[in-house]
Amino acid sequence: MADLLWLVPALPLAGVALNGFFGRRLGKRAVAWIGPGVVGLAFGVSVAAFAALTRLPPDARALHQTLYTWIAAGDFRAPVALLVDPLSVTLMLVVTGVGFLIHLYSVGYMHDEDRRGFARYFTYLNLFTFAMLLLVMADNFLLLFVGWEGVGLCSYLLIGFWFSDMANAAAGKKAFIVNRIGDFGFLIGIFLIFGSFGSVTFADVLPAAASTLTLGGPLAFWTCLFLFVGATGKSAQIPLYVWLPDAMAGPTPVSALIHAATMVTAGVYMIARAHALYVLAPGALAIVASIGAATALYAATIGLVQTDIKKVLAYSTISQLGYMFLAVGVAAFGAGIFHLVTHAFFKALLFLGAGSVIHALHGEQDMRRMGGLRRHLPVTYWTMLAATLAIAGIPPLAGFFSKDAILGAAWNAGHPGLWAVGWVTAGLTALYMFRLFFLTFHGEFRGPAEARHGLHESPPSMAVPLVVLAVLATVGGWIGVPAVVGDALGGLPDAFEGWLAPVFADVARGTPAHAAPAAEVGLMIASIAVATVGILMAWVLYARDPELRERLARRFHAAYQILLHKYWVDEIYEFLVVRPYDALSTFAWRVIDDGLIDGLGVRGAGALVRFGSGVASRWETGYVQNYLVVFFLGVLAVLAYLVIG
Amino acid sequence: MVPAGHYLVLSAILFAIGVVGVLTRKNAIIVFMSIEIMLNAANLTFVTFASAMGDLGGQVAVLLVIAVAAAEAAVGLAIIVAMFRHRETVNVESFNVMHG
Repeated sequence: MADLLWLVPALPLAGVALNGFFGRRLGKRAVAWIGPGVVGLAFGVSVAAFAALTRLPPDARALHQTLYTWIAAGDFRAPVALLVDPLSVTLMLVVTGVGFLIHLYSVGYMHDEDRRGFARYFTYLNLFTFAMLLLVMADNFLLLFVGWEGVGLCSYLLIGFWFSDMANAAAGKKAFIVNRIGDFGFLIGIFLIFGSFGSVTFADVLPAAASTLTLGGPLAFWTCLFLFVGATGKSAQIPLYVWLPDAMAGPTPVSALIHAATMVTAGVYMIARAHALYVLAPGALAIVASIGAATALYAATIGLVQTDIKKVLAYSTISQLGYMFLAVGVAAFGAGIFHLVTHAFFKALLFLGAGSVIHALHGEQDMRRMGGLRRHLPVTYWTMLAATLAIAGIPPLAGFFSKDAILGAAWNAGHPGLWAVGWVTAGLTALYMFRLFFLTFHGEFRGPAEARHGLHESPPSMAVPLVVLAVLATVGGWIGVPAVVGDALGGLPDAFEGWLAPVFADVARGTPAHAAPAAEVGLMIASIAVATVGILMAWVLYARDPELRERLARRFHAAYQILLHKYWVDEIYEFLVVRPYDALSTFAWRVIDDGLIDGLGVRGAGALVRFGSGVASRWETGYVQNYLVVFFLGVLAVLAYLVIG
Repeated sequence: MVPAGHYLVLSAILFAIGVVGVLTRKNAIIVFMSIEIMLNAANLTFVTFASAMGDLGGQVAVLLVIAVAAAEAAVGLAIIVAMFRHRETVNVESFNVMHG
């Protein structure tokens, strides 16, 4: 099996080649087969890899394939090598599995594109899948970084897919530039790792971490912090989250795949992968957890008042990513990855459902012009309900188990403050998600009358992925049933934690994995209660009594405005970062480049030569006699030298 | 017998007159004549040393110079005539198209 690992990234890459070079000539039908097909095949290989891993004893679950040595300089080696262990195979299954469904969905969603756009779309989407698989399968930090940059590039290309609209192109640029800022920190982190360990390969770095770095030492702290800076960019955490809401400019399946299910979770994966470093830096972990919790709450509050259906989901994604960082920040890496997986199911489903709604309404994204779609889009309605319940944390759907695992871990790690933030956020999540749900599907249709006639359920290629994801969002959490519930159900094991246990074995030792069953049940009841309250509030405000929310908005006008304008963070960044940077760039352009380099340097050199030759050419009078005078003086000088010297 | 030194001094004076003429006069014909003076100053030096040292080589050189000077006079005067035809003048100061 290890010899076939290369197939997993190679298949999407083959799709890139086929669709990219021949897609226009092959036609939309062929592209629609190739694009999802290669990802489906990659999923098959991933399943085979998963099966191969399960046949190995738990401590030896790792497949490794070295393809070639990419960089060899002195002692430094950066191989192109793939590592498949329980952690990466989990991500591979998510990327290829959810990715396949989203590819399939895209066939229906992008149906109106012309041949050229259709082929371009699937080329980018396959390229993204390739890069993401490279990211999760890399066996060293440098190759991980290649995938990391690759997904960033595809994100940029797909956000600006409809680039003829300047706003989309600007959103793509914003995503790319903000990510570059984070990537810079990530690179510094990799340099620090190389400086400490003399290698970037996981197998060299991670087992040696405890013996090379001192626990709580500055080197461990800064290494982890810089890696986390990269994660804040890619995974949209404070302060670099600003690109993700704008990234909704891309096609909706792209938002589902890249900006919800896979790419934005790369930071969580990276920290989980580098957990051996992070456990040596409690300070950095505390920062990760705090930023995660702060982001979760902060984004959830913004999500409460957004009117664009995709923007709500974008802030929801930021908030849920905050949960994942909260989890890894309290060293509950398994819980973070668990939430990553369930989130991939229900958030992809939410985005695809939103895409189905947008598709039915011919591009309308404003929830104020939706409503009452329940009757027209029954499949979308029921699948969205499953996803919304899942993200709200209602048992027994997927989100409940993973969110509960995170909140329980925060509590057990001795951070009741972080737990409280997560708990409040859980209530807000239920509130804003059901707000979206009620505004979209319940009540009366508020759009223009002519849009009402065009309402139709999506074609099967879009409906089938919705149903499959709805099933996953419903039952996906059962792979990680906490012990206290599992025991009550007759010894159901926490399969997910057991599966990842070999990867995180070094962390688990010495930390109490679970609190007393009573406390755990109490936490669970608290989560369910707050989610229920959130749903009820949403029902009152957005389904039963619309008057009340108008009054509330007037009553808390200032708070409402702050949320509506997203805390003016974009404006603050504009003022504090973009403008000064713009001024600096203008200075560099006008003064340094135009003035010094071009003016003084290039044009200056020209002017100097011109002036010098102007002076020198005065000697060239053209009068033969002048030349002769010089000649004569020269002869005299030579004679004088010969005679006297 | 006039000492050789006198001839040499005369030769130097002639040569200096020729140099000054070439360098200062504006009329191309005068310049040309000054060149001839310098050539003849050189010839005088040759024959002076030839007679003083009893070596005929110097006189041979003088004959050679006279032959070359004759050829040079033919070419030089032809150039001056061409210059005049071109510019209606033989003032060397009007021929400065090579100036920088």
